[in-house]
Amino acid sequence: MRVAVIDYGMGNLRSVSKALEHVAPRAEVLVTSDAGIIASADRVVFPGQGAMPDCMREVDARNLRPAILDAARERPFLGICIGLQMLFEFSEEGNTSGLGLFPGQVRRFSGPAADAGVMGRLKVPHMGWNRVQQRGAHPLWSGIEDAARFYFVHSFFAQPSSEEIVTGETEYGICFTCAVARDNIFAVQFHPEKSQSSGLRLLANFISWNP
Amino acid sequence: MLAKRVIPCLDVTAGRVVKGVNFVALRDAGDPIEIAKRYDEQGADELTFLDITASSDGRDVILHVIEEVAAQVFIPLTVGGGVRKVEDVRRLLNAGADKVSINTSAVQNPDLVAEASGRYGSQCIVVAIDAKRANSAPVGRNTDNVGSAGSVSSGWEVFTHGGRKATGIDALAWARKMQEYGAGEILLTSMDRDGTREGFDLELTRLISDSVDIPVIASGGVGGLDHLARGILAGHADAVLAASIFHFGEFTVRQAKEYMAARGIEVRL
Repeated sequence: MRVAVIDYGMGNLRSVSKALEHVAPRAEVLVTSDAGIIASADRVVFPGQGAMPDCMREVDARNLRPAILDAARERPFLGICIGLQMLFEFSEEGNTSGLGLFPGQVRRFSGPAADAGVMGRLKVPHMGWNRVQQRGAHPLWSGIEDAARFYFVHSFFAQPSSEEIVTGETEYGICFTCAVARDNIFAVQFHPEKSQSSGLRLLANFISWNP
Repeated sequence: MLAKRVIPCLDVTAGRVVKGVNFVALRDAGDPIEIAKRYDEQGADELTFLDITASSDGRDVILHVIEEVAAQVFIPLTVGGGVRKVEDVRRLLNAGADKVSINTSAVQNPDLVAEASGRYGSQCIVVAIDAKRANSAPVGRNTDNVGSAGSVSSGWEVFTHGGRKATGIDALAWARKMQEYGAGEILLTSMDRDGTREGFDLELTRLISDSVDIPVIASGGVGGLDHLARGILAGHADAVLAASIFHFGEFTVRQAKEYMAARGIEVRL
């Protein structure tokens, strides 16, 4: 099996590839910016770090948009962090258009340091381990208990305009969508590659997923 | 609810974890890869590695350590020590670090923080601040790079070079400035408390944590589990960092988190 981790020059993809190699030792995990390799992969992971305007610009600078859209149409496709945000229509971050695969917008946590009630101020970025409430069953949640903690680090979150795609939610001052799914696409705001056993289980589920 | 984090810190030199008091009398605490795996199993929320190698030719050792740890431990890894250029940040991230901590070089060249966070994202840039109560600052302070004309209005001054060099910079103003420059997090160490086992400087921690919008990690002085809890409850820290209480088997990370949970603190158990 060949797993492509899309590299568009933003940030460090080693964590993602190492975690995939760990859960799928016999798979060929390729960190790549080659559209041909992405097209030939059985599964595609779309990660992201940094700012969404830079990410979108780099995707287009490498002419990767067609390969990403093709993969998202037909093969198991996992978006992570900015890789989730870019699937939406629009982001407040730099007023950036996304890939438009999902209806909705990406918004910033209201801040700075908005009142979060009992535990005091709400720091942005939302950084650390938070609970993920599963919304409905999905093969990628298999073996992961509801409200398990995953590692987050982000200042923006997706606000889908369709409830149907929401498959996970997290509380941080507000209740926000942290996982979306439709057909062969699953995308998460948190970092499964940094979320210890729950994260590794989700990646293993992705490797064996046959949507 | 977002959990407060417990972060064991591993001081690494020549491929070994060591711990000393104020950077002297180093005790060997073991192999960094074994220790990292142990803390991961105990439920550590992140790991921080500080490369305390004095000479630049030993720097590559930390890259190998991080590569090995990153292949086996799937929680966030922060690496600091000797980061001077954006190229240093890149090499550490490529080796498997998730965040890079910048201390002395941020004072010498604040633009490094802006450049590194601009290129790799704020989420991976931690600014480490070593702060000391101004009235306890040593005489003969260095005035070469005074940033704010020696006025330390918050009462805490920033030190660099492992706490050896006074800067004249106010710690609170500095923390705010580093947030503006793109730091995603602040690792705040009290020089007065570091190695004393008397607990965090809670006043300092609360002052900085309440004054910035980014998360603050409290560090310096942990001698028992109550210190960790107080860092969160009284110091308003988002995360607590400790070294020696974990290294020498006094407490496990899990014991620390269970204690904190019993004090009403949200932790990942």
